[in-house]
Amino acid sequence: MTQELIYSVTGIALFAIGLFGLIVAGHIVRKLVAINMMGIGVFMLFLATALHGPDTVDPIPHALVLTGIVVAVAGTCLCLWLAISISKLDNEKRKNPQQ
Amino acid sequence: MTLQFIAPYLLPAIVTVPLLAAICNFLMASHHPRLALNALFGLAQVLLAGLLLIALSLPDTVVEMRYILAGWSAPLGIELIADGLAAILLMTTAVLYLVLSVYSALYFTDKNKGARFWPLWWLLATGLNGVFLAGDAFNIYVTLEIIGLASVALIALSGDRAALVAALRYALVGLLGSLCYLLGVALLYRAYGTLDLAQLASLAEANPLTWAALSLISVGLLLKTALLPLHFWLPPAHASAPVPVSAVLSGLVVKASFYLMVRFWLDILPVATTTLALQLLGVLGTAAIFWGCISAYRAHRLKVMVAYSTVAQVGYLFLLFPLSATSIDAWKVSGGALAAIVYFVVAHALAKSAMFIAAGNIMFSYRHDDIDGLRGIAREQPLDVFTFAIAGASLIGLPPSAGFIAKWLLLGGAISSGQWWWAAAILFGGLLAAAYIFRFLNVVFDQSQAAELSAQRHARPVPLTMALCGLALAVMAILMGFNAGWMLELLSVSAAVSA
Repeated sequence: MTQELIYSVTGIALFAIGLFGLIVAGHIVRKLVAINMMGIGVFMLFLATALHGPDTVDPIPHALVLTGIVVAVAGTCLCLWLAISISKLDNEKRKNPQQ
Repeated sequence: MTLQFIAPYLLPAIVTVPLLAAICNFLMASHHPRLALNALFGLAQVLLAGLLLIALSLPDTVVEMRYILAGWSAPLGIELIADGLAAILLMTTAVLYLVLSVYSALYFTDKNKGARFWPLWWLLATGLNGVFLAGDAFNIYVTLEIIGLASVALIALSGDRAALVAALRYALVGLLGSLCYLLGVALLYRAYGTLDLAQLASLAEANPLTWAALSLISVGLLLKTALLPLHFWLPPAHASAPVPVSAVLSGLVVKASFYLMVRFWLDILPVATTTLALQLLGVLGTAAIFWGCISAYRAHRLKVMVAYSTVAQVGYLFLLFPLSATSIDAWKVSGGALAAIVYFVVAHALAKSAMFIAAGNIMFSYRHDDIDGLRGIAREQPLDVFTFAIAGASLIGLPPSAGFIAKWLLLGGAISSGQWWWAAAILFGGLLAAAYIFRFLNVVFDQSQAAELSAQRHARPVPLTMALCGLALAVMAILMGFNAGWMLELLSVSAAVSA
């Protein structure tokens, strides 16, 4: 029970820290790290919930977390690709300011 | 008889057909253009949604259709559920997709962009249909993410810096919204041990954990619906996307998260809602109406104006929450707030898409959408200006458009439930909408220097089919105002039974 509580509180704390970072951070990569941290917080809460039941470990949260990780990877990739494309455009503009 | 036999299989088909379309388009990357193929998929979608609507409005059938995927029932399995509300939204999606697919086939003349556009376009439809049919809280998260990621990629399609920046911001907001939603779902699962919406509805109690879960879910969904003050990402994203994408983002994507708000607040967790919270949503909605209209009036670019108009129109949707609460049974009979809002959603989807098409055609013709630079174009682009005007009439709520019926029903709800202040907001919002629409019409009908300006502009002619697509949607928004009966009936049947 205590173990589950520690994991749950840590999960929510990670979510909160990530949210703070997302709002405060200026750089896009920092923002993405913050968002991933929020995601890990939610996943930890789900995993702690697996222990929440009376005796056996509930397998459903694990399946949910797996799906969540896949979605998080896809979202992070897309954001990074956008950030790279934007900085490429900016670099080109810096090289040829006339355009 | 046959319809009743095939009816349950309609639900998985509605999700599978657009997915199949996405895969087909992905495999056919070298073919160009793809009008016939995509029009065919669009027609198939309309047919399936139409069959579902007919099946649900037959007098002797159930009002809610369920399909248990792979025979695994809840809480372990995933169910697809359709009632009148879902079926109407599916039909709206299908009709918009059919018209916009025809438009897109002509709009994307560039082969590379077309090849990237079509798979994402149909993936977005898969996500939308999935949301409307979802019977499971986690499945909603997955479909929301499909919508979010497909939308981001579609916004970025034009490849210029403004579009990429808008797409990145939209992606961050979307991910944040989904994570807030997911945290809320995690809390619900912890409290009730199920993700099935129907089971959650019967188990839910009013306690701090449910309140926290509903708050997190709502914040996530409001971010995605762009309710003031969480609307900051919408105007740049909707204004810099390609035209058919803007139309779908404004017409359908913000409605998907709004639909979930309706489900969670009125169907699944009504025990956890309070009058104060419902009134607060109404206040935010009113603020959105005013701020959206004022910003639309002050916009310099046509597409930015249309995007701010979406911020205002989203505000109206949230008047549902206060109007459904105090007169707790009012929205369950045919004249009530839910019917009014569904009407509003459909009317806005049609009118706003028509307006984005008109704006896009004007932009196609003049290669810019600076409102001051469009002085006196009414004579050169009569069809697009006409489309814009009748879509605008529906947005303002002039009779006999669908927007008028929706606002009329909302006003009725406000007065019958004794909340006259919302009626004032609805009427004043209509005036403000008229202000920005007539401001644009004033500019385009100004013929004072028409001859010399038109000589400078070198307008590119817009293909007739592209103009007709917009006109078709705008005319549908008007025609909807003439036969409101069947839709209200369908909604009242499903609401009466779920009550």
